[in-house]
Amino acid sequence: MTDLSLDRAPAQPATLLLRGAVVLDPRAGLERTADLLIRDGSVAELGDSLVAPEDAEVVEGQGLHALPAFVDPHVHLRTPGREDEEDVDSGTRAAAAGGYCAILAMPNTDPVVDSASVLRSLRERARAQARIPTGFLAAITRGQEGAQLTEMAELSQVGAAGFTDDGLPVRSAGVMRQALQYQRLAGRTLALHEEDPSLSGAGVMHEGEISALLGLAGIPSVSESTMVGRDCDLAVYEQGWIHVQHVSARETVEAIAGARAAGAEVTCEATPHHLLLTDEAVRALDTNAKMNPPLRTERDRRALIDALRDGTIDCVATDHAPHARQEKEQPFELAPMGVTGLETSFAALHTGLVLTGELSLSVLVERMTSGCEPFGLPAPTLVPGSAANVCLVDLDAEWEVGEAGYESRSSNCAFAGRRVTGRVRMTVAAGTVAYRERSFALGAVA
Amino acid sequence: MRRHLLTVDDLSRADIERILGRAESFAEVSGREIKKVPTLRGRTVINLFYEASTRTSSSFELAAKRLSADLVSVKSSGSSVDKGESLKDTVQTLSAYDPAAIVIRSPHAGAAALVARWTPAAVINAGDGKHEHPTQALLDLYTLKRRAGALEGLSVWIVGDVLHSRVARSNILAFTRMGCRVTVCGPPTLIPRGIESLGCEVRYTLEELSEADVVYALRMQHERMQGSFVPSLREYAAQYQIDGRRLGAGQLLMHPGPVNRGVELAAEVIDSPQALIADQVESGVVVRMAVLYELLAGRGAPADARAPIETPAPQPA
Repeated sequence: MTDLSLDRAPAQPATLLLRGAVVLDPRAGLERTADLLIRDGSVAELGDSLVAPEDAEVVEGQGLHALPAFVDPHVHLRTPGREDEEDVDSGTRAAAAGGYCAILAMPNTDPVVDSASVLRSLRERARAQARIPTGFLAAITRGQEGAQLTEMAELSQVGAAGFTDDGLPVRSAGVMRQALQYQRLAGRTLALHEEDPSLSGAGVMHEGEISALLGLAGIPSVSESTMVGRDCDLAVYEQGWIHVQHVSARETVEAIAGARAAGAEVTCEATPHHLLLTDEAVRALDTNAKMNPPLRTERDRRALIDALRDGTIDCVATDHAPHARQEKEQPFELAPMGVTGLETSFAALHTGLVLTGELSLSVLVERMTSGCEPFGLPAPTLVPGSAANVCLVDLDAEWEVGEAGYESRSSNCAFAGRRVTGRVRMTVAAGTVAYRERSFALGAVA
Repeated sequence: MRRHLLTVDDLSRADIERILGRAESFAEVSGREIKKVPTLRGRTVINLFYEASTRTSSSFELAAKRLSADLVSVKSSGSSVDKGESLKDTVQTLSAYDPAAIVIRSPHAGAAALVARWTPAAVINAGDGKHEHPTQALLDLYTLKRRAGALEGLSVWIVGDVLHSRVARSNILAFTRMGCRVTVCGPPTLIPRGIESLGCEVRYTLEELSEADVVYALRMQHERMQGSFVPSLREYAAQYQIDGRRLGAGQLLMHPGPVNRGVELAAEVIDSPQALIADQVESGVVVRMAVLYELLAGRGAPADARAPIETPAPQPA
């Protein structure tokens, strides 16, 4: 099996001196005010009163935090097929603005990424347009129809970062088992959207008191947790490994913890919206509170936060899902599922979990940088000698989500209109400057 | 009371009492030979119906006409909706005619609330999906109050397919707000999980039906029979049909119509003097007159009935 590599457009390696920021890299046990020198795209030195090389840009970082940049294992770039909603350029620009240095894109496009030719053309586009390293998952089944496996071995060789039918579950246990058997050949992670369609049916929100009040068809938590139970059992039986996408329910957290204790190789992710919002947000029938899996109850949210803290949930994933304005401006039942989140994830989680004392900044940074580990890629670090993947954040900056528009082509953000604290000022991804906040860039030049 | 009537939650007990009182005075007008009053002369009411309806649409039409409003009825078939026009564009187009009120019926929950965001007119929810049907609840309260005298303390059993019923949801809220005790009863597959949070009790059999003062039967829609919600019509009728044996003397019977004779109700109870079904239909007009009056001519309505339309947020470049 070939090594996994992500794609991005060619760009000038950065040489810059970041002066006086709090450098925080929890994995490296690093937290101190220091100067950080990036030379030719690599972290060259970390120290006090470093002298800027002649060709270096100097960035004043006083009052800011320098973090390893984030990694998102779950993004919808809507390309090919719905470039009006997002394309490789806008999606990776949005990611860079959110402090990300790498993302993995989902294959539920039109056409589906289920053949080597589609995957090759996407990788080519990423090499021309992507602002930050971007990987592409391919489908588990042809056309995501759940019946026949894709040519997973060839797709792996062509560079699929993993396999998923995201947006849909692999309905048949038999097909799921075959995918796990075939994993021995393809060698990549199977990322699973877990939902039993016979339980979720035509549901549009969490099944509970609020769906009863609104007269909306509900998606019960057991729709997710029973499927996770099934797939963990299959993974153990076939000695495969799986990654559970967007965990939403307390029962699912329990199923994963139990399966892990029994020896299953399973990782999982949770989204900022499931960690911060509940089905209360659906009460006003705001279509930016509609996604799959749905927002669940406060009890579920608490379980997700606990699991993120103790590591049962490995990483944060945005499930960034852009939708056209006219499609979200419909009655709730008709609007498509999904919300954007790349540009707001850090600020929203910092505001909702760190400032409230529920999670330390260090743990949040760890969980936001570990998104590629389930797929076999190392997490970014600030240790000298590594490729420069740095995001510079102002933990005190307050702003309103959407006040200045979005880098994404879509504006269906789950946190639109909310006040948040914490702002990404600059992102260095794989050694190049991928994003600079406009006012900050001006300030730096002056 | 708010500028729109979107859900029963928009109404306080005092609002409801005022509307029922107003309906009472319109009932007096309806008894005259000339049934019209000039209240809304020169103002326009638009009926926008995205679903088939006989009772609700015709009673809203009559209500608007008896208040001397100009009325435009738009149905989804045969209109630009057929051509794929979005709800937002349809509403903004109709709003250009400067209506005082838009009455909207939609198969989707929250449609009326969306319309209210897109128009300066007062919006009346005439049924949105399985969510709510507030004017039905008001006419039910009106009908029951006229017959029973007072609402406070009555025990109301709502029987049947609660899961798919907007009438059930609005009526649970409305009856409890007026001091009634509400019990919902039906097959467990047709009682939504969490419905108790609306303030009602849940029963799965009719064993304790005798404690009800009012039995409110819901329409059992034939299409629900296919979804394996109930094994068969026969089984449903055997367990839940209100018939002469189950309906006790002194219990009142209500139904929002149209009735499936022989399914949720047996013929003998429909035609019995305990049934208020025909009164409910009759009340529709005066109660909807009262709602139109309340929103368009009642307390402080006209001045703030011209709120600005929501301005769209700036689009990203």
